[in-house]
Amino acid sequence: MSPLLLILLPLLSALAVAFAPRSAAFRIATVSTLATLAISLAIAWNFGHWYDDGFGLLKEISWLPSIGASFDMHADAPAMWLVLLSTVLMPICVIGSKTAVRERVREYYAWLLILEAAMLGVFLAKNLLFFYVAFEFTLVPMYFLIAGWGGSNRAAAAIKFFLYTFTGSMLTLAGLVYVAWRFAETSGGWSFDIPALTAFASTDLSAAEQFWVMLAMLAGFAVKVPLFPLHTWLPLAHTEAPTAGSVVLAGVLLKLGTYGLFRFVLPMTPVGVVEAVPVIGTLATIGVIYGALICWVQEDVKKLVAYSSVSHLGFCVLGLFSLNPSGLQGSLLYMINHGLSTGALFLLIGMIYERYHTRDMNRLGGLVATMPIWSAFMVFFVLSSLAVPGLNGFVSEFLCLVGAFSATPDNAQWPGLLGPWYAVFAGTGMILAAMYLLYLTGRLVWGPHRAPPADKNSGLPTDLSTREIGLLLPLALMCVWLGIQPSGLMRTLEPSVERTLVAYPDLVPSQVESVAVLEEVTGG
Amino acid sequence: MVERLNGLVPEMMLLTLAVVVAVLGLSRTASVRRAVPVLTAGGLFIAAWLALGGRDLPPESAGFLAPSLSSPLRAMIAGIGGVLALVATGTVDRRLEQDVESGKMPFEPLRASRGEFFAFLLLSITGAMLVASASDLIWLFLALELTSLPTYVMVVMGRAGRRGAEASVKYFFLGAMATAIFLYGFALIYGGTGSMQLADIAEIVSNRRSLEGLDMVTTAGFLLALLGVGYKLAAAPLHLYAMDVYEGASASVTAFLGFVPKAAGTVGFMVLLQTAGGSSLPAMVVTLMWMLAVLTMSLGNMAALQQTSAKRLFGGSSIAHSGYLLIGLLAGPGEGWAATIFYLLVYGLMNTGVFAVLAALERRGSEVEQVSDLGGLRQSHPALGWSLVACSGSLMGFPPLLGFVAKVWLFLAAVQSGHIALVVIAAINSAAGAWYYLRMMSMPLLGVAPSDPVEAAPSPWPARVAMVIGLLLLVVPFFADDLMTQTREAAANAVMAFGN
Repeated sequence: MSPLLLILLPLLSALAVAFAPRSAAFRIATVSTLATLAISLAIAWNFGHWYDDGFGLLKEISWLPSIGASFDMHADAPAMWLVLLSTVLMPICVIGSKTAVRERVREYYAWLLILEAAMLGVFLAKNLLFFYVAFEFTLVPMYFLIAGWGGSNRAAAAIKFFLYTFTGSMLTLAGLVYVAWRFAETSGGWSFDIPALTAFASTDLSAAEQFWVMLAMLAGFAVKVPLFPLHTWLPLAHTEAPTAGSVVLAGVLLKLGTYGLFRFVLPMTPVGVVEAVPVIGTLATIGVIYGALICWVQEDVKKLVAYSSVSHLGFCVLGLFSLNPSGLQGSLLYMINHGLSTGALFLLIGMIYERYHTRDMNRLGGLVATMPIWSAFMVFFVLSSLAVPGLNGFVSEFLCLVGAFSATPDNAQWPGLLGPWYAVFAGTGMILAAMYLLYLTGRLVWGPHRAPPADKNSGLPTDLSTREIGLLLPLALMCVWLGIQPSGLMRTLEPSVERTLVAYPDLVPSQVESVAVLEEVTGG
Repeated sequence: MVERLNGLVPEMMLLTLAVVVAVLGLSRTASVRRAVPVLTAGGLFIAAWLALGGRDLPPESAGFLAPSLSSPLRAMIAGIGGVLALVATGTVDRRLEQDVESGKMPFEPLRASRGEFFAFLLLSITGAMLVASASDLIWLFLALELTSLPTYVMVVMGRAGRRGAEASVKYFFLGAMATAIFLYGFALIYGGTGSMQLADIAEIVSNRRSLEGLDMVTTAGFLLALLGVGYKLAAAPLHLYAMDVYEGASASVTAFLGFVPKAAGTVGFMVLLQTAGGSSLPAMVVTLMWMLAVLTMSLGNMAALQQTSAKRLFGGSSIAHSGYLLIGLLAGPGEGWAATIFYLLVYGLMNTGVFAVLAALERRGSEVEQVSDLGGLRQSHPALGWSLVACSGSLMGFPPLLGFVAKVWLFLAAVQSGHIALVVIAAINSAAGAWYYLRMMSMPLLGVAPSDPVEAAPSPWPARVAMVIGLLLLVVPFFADDLMTQTREAAANAVMAFGN
């Protein structure tokens, strides 16, 4: 099956939704996202490169050859997993919006579907300009979702979200154009082929060039992640977005940043990255602790989960920049896990908000008395989010920390530039996460029951409806599966991770080697 | 001389048409008068087609920019000029025509100005086209003035009352000053080189530069000439008039001011830069161009950021886009100018689209200007609302709209010629511009409709133009490759004809 279908189907359904009768919008969107999920599963089933570092799903579609732009597609194993994450979350977002969104439904579902197409475009792009088009195009639907269906402060949130990310990615484009230009100088024509540019940039650019190109790329990707101190757009956008918007934002859109780091920054500019690792590692660690501390004092449940993303993605970045396979695998796994558990937490909060129209912890509490099923799910996903062993979060968070811990210059096989201190400091983030998340659960689920009168017009039962359980159950099952049996997924990530890291062992000054050389020289 | 005239058939046709139109506008038959705008537009489209055919002419009959470059430029100016004529359909003589139709008074030729308006429009476009065929300094001067002089009148005619007059006076006096500046520059160039012929000057300049270096008089001449011609582009520091004039003129005239003088200025820059050394410009000229580009895009964007008037906002945006055009001009003949020409074409479409939307709306017979008036346009006028979204998004350079393709190509060309710092500054500027373009995108979609509703203007043409352009911006990017290849070939052939 062609990967093109993954992008065209949501786009065409968006058109269909926009022009269909109002009552059919939800059904079309549901069917379309489920069909996209089915297609992506079929593609994944037939994907031939799960266990090697190759790219599959090659598809060449010409666009503007005179400036090297095309709609070429490909995917390797990590990209495939992120495609699956997106296609899994989208039907959940659509079905989860059934009762929450009641006005301008056609537009709403059309934007959601366009968003899906753009996200899948990012993961499937083989051409840099296609990547950029898709990367930027995620902004428009998200902007309109926040500004059109968000909370009370939605206009400011949407504008801040858009401008932050647009500004960053303009600089990313400038950096990538520079790479393409240097490539064109040697090859004689414009090309934006990602594999070709990656191979070229890592070997043919000078150290200074790599450093500047890396900074330019970081400008876009670090905002998207978001890396401290560029995170300030995120809490606002998350809090104001409609539930489905928050789920997509946390589940997939933040991953576009870490995916960009993985796909472009690490393999393209190894020399620059080696220079910057301590700084980025420090920022990521600060993000982990700072995000966690802010979570602790939140009264707004949704804001708490939003800031927890800042903290969690700090781990993710730390894993990426530990420059060893366990760190990278952990980081990629973290992208998927965070998407599942934080996505679910936003869904759960959305369900509460639909019933009580508040997210204030002071007005909600002891919900286990009236909503036992909701509470069970809440406790489950909180545990998954705070990385309790046996659930998904643990494996990835642990691997990121192990990666950072073992990323010392004297590591024989994969010398790195972080080391135990980074792991120790980031590790406190795990403890802080346990504190704020359990504090949240303690107040919401247990204690004396308090809740404002439920909204009679919501049409929802006191506890979760079958539809809502149906949304959460698959996520929960996946969390359990990835917690118990992550090795299958890990094995598929390994070859691509090693391919990404291939340049690094020679670049990082290894003390073991220098000791060995010294011994050889002194004859010892 | 006769071969030379062969190359100017489209321009001669347009001049003749200008006379015809001026007379037809005075006809006592209403249907003849109504045919004037359509006739003007049709003539311009034919001229565009004829100009494209001029590519086969020998170089000596096509002026300094050689046929390969001047033909597409002239075709583009005439083509977009035709669209602008359509946008201007309902601009002049509205009250008069209403009175005549309702039988309040008989038609009085003395009070009618429609014919003159479209005659001036044709003259101005002819001037811009003639800039592309300039072969000596006097020709260049006359062509640039032929572009500008009719626009001063059009500003007054397009809008009755004090605001039109004020804008026109401002535009005229500053324009006269700019003319004085570049005329002085031309004089110095003549004084320094002793020739009026652009080809001779180019040769003298390049000989002198390879021997003892370019003398101060000629250098100063080029600097002043570029500064002065920069006025047509609304390039800083002569950009200050733009927002006032754009606001004061009627929307259709503003659309015209946003493209035709700018196109003439861009082509004028090409002629002057080619004379000054083409791809290896004197250092002073490079510095001047660099500063002009940075100042123009930054000041334009800054000025647009806080505007509440949509026309002033797009005025600032138009200044910023001149800055981007200057980057392409600096990038040099070949790839840089190919990208510039393409950008100019795309900019012409986007800018016309935006002002066509404004021209298609009104409230009790007077123009709609405020950003807030465009709130909820998608509900009240869906097609116009979406066109505004597409045009604003394209001006922002949002992928995958046509403006994005043009901007990427321009940046690529600039990087290729080594102007990386400029591209970074332009990237930052594009990001800053996103702020106000985003406002213009979200206003029609999410904004609150004004309590005093806006209604469609009587003439259907501006709305039609806006819709077609909105659609083009969305569709063309996927099929633009042929157009880009042809533009690139034209520019490459021109470089060969220049011999450098």
